Amino acid sequence: MSGVSEPELTHAGLNLSDEPVGERVQINSDVFGFWVFLMTDAVLFALLFALYGTMEGRTAGGPSPTDDFKFHSAIWETAALLTSSMTYGLVSLALKHHARRLWIALFLGATFCLGAYFLGMEIHDFMDMFDHGATPEANGWISSYFVLVGMHGFHVTCGLIWIILMCLQMAVFGLDRRVKINLIRLGLFWHFLDVVWVVIFSVVYLQGLLR
Amino acid sequence: MNVSSELRRDAATYALGYALALVLTGCAFATVFFNLFSKTGQFATVLVLAFIQILVHMRCFLHISLKRSSRADLQLILFSTLIIALMAGGTLIILFNLQARMM
Repeated sequence: MSGVSEPELTHAGLNLSDEPVGERVQINSDVFGFWVFLMTDAVLFALLFALYGTMEGRTAGGPSPTDDFKFHSAIWETAALLTSSMTYGLVSLALKHHARRLWIALFLGATFCLGAYFLGMEIHDFMDMFDHGATPEANGWISSYFVLVGMHGFHVTCGLIWIILMCLQMAVFGLDRRVKINLIRLGLFWHFLDVVWVVIFSVVYLQGLLR
Repeated sequence: MNVSSELRRDAATYALGYALALVLTGCAFATVFFNLFSKTGQFATVLVLAFIQILVHMRCFLHISLKRSSRADLQLILFSTLIIALMAGGTLIILFNLQARMM
């Protein structure tokens, strides 16, 4: 790379100014690789959405969205997840602007709590549905519902485990280059899950609650 | 650009993204909660709001922009969007068509 086309800081949270140019190119390509993974994940979710679309209304007299969806839990889950995206944004800012490690851990902790609150609420709703016979085998609609929303919940669970692992990595290795890149990848993953949730609350919950 | 003004600009991006996300989500929920339009109208409104919100998240949280420095990411996303549109759209068209024929 010549000086003219030096890669810029394309990802917030990426603090590259103290790295040599060769390293910067490497970091950019690492992060790009994670984008490729995210897009394959997007294809997975898109096909689950397509499946859900074809199953919409196929309730066969069993459980249906109007019986099982609750406005308030959809709202609070959404609020928790949106706010956790904001707190992860603070992690990225702290990372980029050389904040102390304590701040990064604090914002990661806040993200973790919001994510755990979201997941707890989702599991509570699932349990509620199980209690009155709305189980995945009841009809086509609810099978596709559990596969789609359950897959998102599984991703959030992975994200929460990843946050714990990052806290451990930070404690053991400090903020070296590898840990920084992992924090950037986790950020992309977390914000991506938020985008998927936007589609879920629109297509699944709000469509189900239409009167 | 000095560090503190860059910090302020970055923080403003996230704050703007968060505020827009909350407003758009609020509008989507309000549309359905208060039963504002016809059923189709409500669903169309929700979908449009979701689309705008996805763009906001991409811009403010995932930092995808039209600048040359992030073109590779943008092209990857646009290509994936094309693939997704073909696969998901194709699934929906074929299955709804099949359903209509069987009715």
